Amino acid sequence: MAKAIKVENLSKIYRLGEIGTGTISRDIERFVKTKILKQEDPFLKIGETNDRATKGASDIVYSLKDINFEIEQGDAVGIIGRNGAGKSTLLKILSRVTSPTTGKINIKGRVASLLEVGTGFHPELTGRENIYLNGAILGMRKREIDRKLDEIIDFSGVERYIDTPVKRYSSGMYVRLAFAVAAHLESEILIVDEVLAVGDAEFQKKCLGKMGEVSKGEGRTVLFVSHNMAAVQNLCNKGILLDEGSCYGLGEVYEVISDYQNKQLKFLENNDVLNFIYVRVIDAKIEITLRMSSITNPIIGFVINSESGLKICGANSKNDGILICCNNEFSELKIILKQPKLNNGNYTLSLWISDEWKDYLFLEDAFSFQIYNNDQKSLTNSKHGIVTAEVIWEL
Amino acid sequence: MPNTKEDIVKEWDLTIEPQTSLFDLNLKDVWRYRDLLWMFVKRDFVSFYKQTILGPLWFFIQPLFTTIIYTFIFGGLANLSTDGLPQPLFYMAGITAWNYFADCITKTSTVFKDNANIFGKVYFPRLIMPLSIVASNLVRFGVQMLLLFMMMGYYAGQNASFKITPAILLFPVLVMLMALLGLGLGLIITALTTKYRDLAFLVTFGIQLLMYTTTVIYPLSSAPEKYKTLISLNPMTGIIEAFRYAFLGQGQISVNTLGYSTLFTIVVMVLGILIFNKTEKTFVDTV
Repeated sequence: MAKAIKVENLSKIYRLGEIGTGTISRDIERFVKTKILKQEDPFLKIGETNDRATKGASDIVYSLKDINFEIEQGDAVGIIGRNGAGKSTLLKILSRVTSPTTGKINIKGRVASLLEVGTGFHPELTGRENIYLNGAILGMRKREIDRKLDEIIDFSGVERYIDTPVKRYSSGMYVRLAFAVAAHLESEILIVDEVLAVGDAEFQKKCLGKMGEVSKGEGRTVLFVSHNMAAVQNLCNKGILLDEGSCYGLGEVYEVISDYQNKQLKFLENNDVLNFIYVRVIDAKIEITLRMSSITNPIIGFVINSESGLKICGANSKNDGILICCNNEFSELKIILKQPKLNNGNYTLSLWISDEWKDYLFLEDAFSFQIYNNDQKSLTNSKHGIVTAEVIWEL
Repeated sequence: MPNTKEDIVKEWDLTIEPQTSLFDLNLKDVWRYRDLLWMFVKRDFVSFYKQTILGPLWFFIQPLFTTIIYTFIFGGLANLSTDGLPQPLFYMAGITAWNYFADCITKTSTVFKDNANIFGKVYFPRLIMPLSIVASNLVRFGVQMLLLFMMMGYYAGQNASFKITPAILLFPVLVMLMALLGLGLGLIITALTTKYRDLAFLVTFGIQLLMYTTTVIYPLSSAPEKYKTLISLNPMTGIIEAFRYAFLGQGQISVNTLGYSTLFTIVVMVLGILIFNKTEKTFVDTV
């Protein structure tokens, strides 16, 4: 498969507090040292990783540090990480809004980036005029927009308001129109920052659907930043985890998501019983993966809770008559739930590990996960309650 | 694996690196985005008169009132010479040309600051924005020229002493010089003010002061001999004089002064584009 994006040794530094390097004297110092004396940049040396919570010794931080990865054509890549991990900086550099401090990026194909919806919308202009303006800003030619105008208006679902100035629009309508323009860009690479925060559930699903169509159907490369793990998992096949400006490689999306979620779980650090936990939905079955240390004949119990705290179901290996043998130092265990079929929503998992004599681990709401089903696309199709009932209708 | 250099070039469409050559202007990209330039011009024009009753007529109001005030103060009270031209006509010609130049500078000189939000979110050749400002000011200038023509028509009916000279053929060149000079200076100022804003304060009143060293409210012929060289050093002087000579038949036009203005414009313009191009890549972090 051909490469679409290749990133080599990419770094970007920012200075905290004041702008630039702060004072004109330090600017001059830097200029003299690097340009005239050809020394190493003094401000790059003192940089440290970007940990937003702790106070650092220097006010130069690496927003991105030595990032390397390659993305193949047709991949949908989810970029995940905590706030301030460098996700947006990476997208900004990829979309040429700002330039890197060091490193190199090679790109094959036209890039369309959507770091914000409705960039350049003018409040006084009508929806139609803004489609043209916004389209041109995103790099479309006028002829291209002419051709797609009807499709864009149709997708946005604000046809009735199309000749009204956008300042009269509700914020949701505004986003709808803006995303509609961006979704119809013809580009080989689509870069999307978390822009779907506004807009109702129906439209969010429409957007995700459109993006899925773009990557799976049309074979275009998609880079997607989101904190919505369900959306990332649903849309992307690859993932990149950024943490404090460093990149933990490119991997299969569920591995990267589990890495990320495990990093968030403080109890996994220095835990000698459990060191990995991950929940995903695959083929409409819930799959829980655990990696535990060797306990002789452990008993494992779990409960799945709904967001409101309601206990939905649970199981216990002893009650099910299962004897678990752990031979290796850490062995992996999969728990697969065929039933119940959970509806869309947020759920948490409580976990209990013990043997005949004592409790090793009891974690209430240890892991949270989201269920997001493709087949529940529109509101009219949504289901009531927590689980899907299997119903037979007889007349 | 690609072995030859051509293969490497073909493999990638775009390479992003921290430093690019100073002369890598990417003018091809600017051309590709020409539709956007037109969209910006249209946006500026349409949004200017949205929700007004007089609409584009507002373009007339400013030069008209300025002319009236100048006629009253500089013509009536100070009794400055107008080379025998009807005073309103003399001032109107100067103001129309000067305003175009001044608008080009002031509007382009804040282009980074004003558009930081949009520049921070989407890539397009940054040069499009200042170019569109110059172009939309051109529309405004065109409308204001109509006012000048109407006034000329009125004074022709009054048999006032002015005449249109063949130098009018230079009109496109003069407009171009004003546009590029304003653009070049604006680009330099905006690039220099992304980090340190000090210079921005200078612009508004600096232009005001610059107007008095240009022959807008007085003809070069009536300037005192010892200041004449100084006034001629202002590149706009030659342009305004030529402009007035072309339309009204009074003013000092020479190859030397116009040549000087042209040379000055080209230098400023090239410098402006280079500095702007250098700044546009990282200004998002410092603005």
